[in-house]
Amino acid sequence: MPLLETRGLCHQRLRCCDFSVDGGSVVAVTGASGAGKTQLLRALADLDPAAGEVFLDGMARRSIAAPLWRRQVAYVPATPAWWADTVREHFEPEQIASAEALLRDFGLDSKALDWPVDRLSTGETQRIGLVRAVARSPRVMLLDEPTSGLDRASRERVEKFLQRLLREGLAILVVAHYGGRIVESADRRLVVGSGGAVTELAP
Amino acid sequence: MTYIPLDNTDVLLAAALLLINGLISVAFALGLGRSLLVAATRMVVQLAIVGLMLRWLFSSVSPWLTFGFALIMVGFAGYEAMARQEQRLAGTWGLGIGMFAMGFAGISVTLLALTILLRPEPWFQPRFAIPILGMVLGNCMTGVAIALNQFLSQARQRRNGVEAMLALGYPREKALAPLLKSAARAGMIPIINSMAAAGVVFLPGMMTGQILAGVEPGQAVKYQMVIMFLIAGGTGVGVLLALLGAARRLSDERHRLRLDRLKS
Repeated sequence: MPLLETRGLCHQRLRCCDFSVDGGSVVAVTGASGAGKTQLLRALADLDPAAGEVFLDGMARRSIAAPLWRRQVAYVPATPAWWADTVREHFEPEQIASAEALLRDFGLDSKALDWPVDRLSTGETQRIGLVRAVARSPRVMLLDEPTSGLDRASRERVEKFLQRLLREGLAILVVAHYGGRIVESADRRLVVGSGGAVTELAP
Repeated sequence: MTYIPLDNTDVLLAAALLLINGLISVAFALGLGRSLLVAATRMVVQLAIVGLMLRWLFSSVSPWLTFGFALIMVGFAGYEAMARQEQRLAGTWGLGIGMFAMGFAGISVTLLALTILLRPEPWFQPRFAIPILGMVLGNCMTGVAIALNQFLSQARQRRNGVEAMLALGYPREKALAPLLKSAARAGMIPIINSMAAAGVVFLPGMMTGQILAGVEPGQAVKYQMVIMFLIAGGTGVGVLLALLGAARRLSDERHRLRLDRLKS
């Protein structure tokens, strides 16, 4: 049984689409700018109203409370946003220890927890945004340009870490214009074409 | 009680003071002349009509007429609160939330004042009910309009932060809480300032009116204190209800932020 499956998922400009993602696999989402790739990820995360149904491990999304759904199907936007003054305030107290370890895995000082968010660089913002999502132990990650602001060394660290999560059964849907190891090693590719049609490229 | 009656000439003489405002507007090219004229004309016409209606209402002492008049006041307060918001909810919600919140808060607080504090005979006497409701509604309207405007504008400006919380599995109550808190504070600031400054920076209008009408100052002060507390209580309830309603409307049962429900 696929970990994530859509049946007739339609969202504003997106035409209805059916596809599935297995645990431990990567699906790369490609398409021209403005085609609707971000909309597809947002619709999967249930952040915008969409028709059709999405299943996680065979369970219909509508039968799962939205906050619980999003803890399992985590959307990380291209530019993660903040709601408090310091990095630490974006984690629950019980997540602090794992966040410190994750920050180190992503090449950041664990003291970054006390950094004010308005002084973070683009690369730090992206990596801490990923840490914030990973610390909540999702089963599916919807990543929108996750490494676009990172230098080569940081990108490799992030990709290495994501591959470790993949081996543990995480499923990833990733939008990335500029490729990268995760996208290049994708098990499948979805193309969002003009007109919002989502098609799967033959392997 | 003694008071000095005014005639129309006195009103006209007082209105002449507006000429000073007009001259300032012209001298500094403020462009306020038209607004001043419209506002002053509206005030004169509205108060003249209300004066006539109150005279008729006070002579009838009917609970239904009093309640009907109160509903009309709530309707106008709701419209004014909506008109003062730069950012508002689309459709009837834009009017309805503020109107319901103010109507509930204003009428509850007025009923409390009539049945427990002042206890006129009969309790629905319009001479007491209507002025109290008017004062509570007038101040509640300012608080509700400020709070709603602040909340809805912030929801648009801080959309990414709110959606970041939602995307990580926080419920809408938690994701919208920072916005609701700052909006509630903003909505309560006018009445807090008003209470803090009363008697030091300014003499409240109702108390001044009572003193001019010959009421003993000690009694006028007590009336003013009661009214200030009623206004504070009514504004608190009104702001809270309006914000809870707006938060509910600006999100949905799947805990999504619904900015599409804002008037564009």
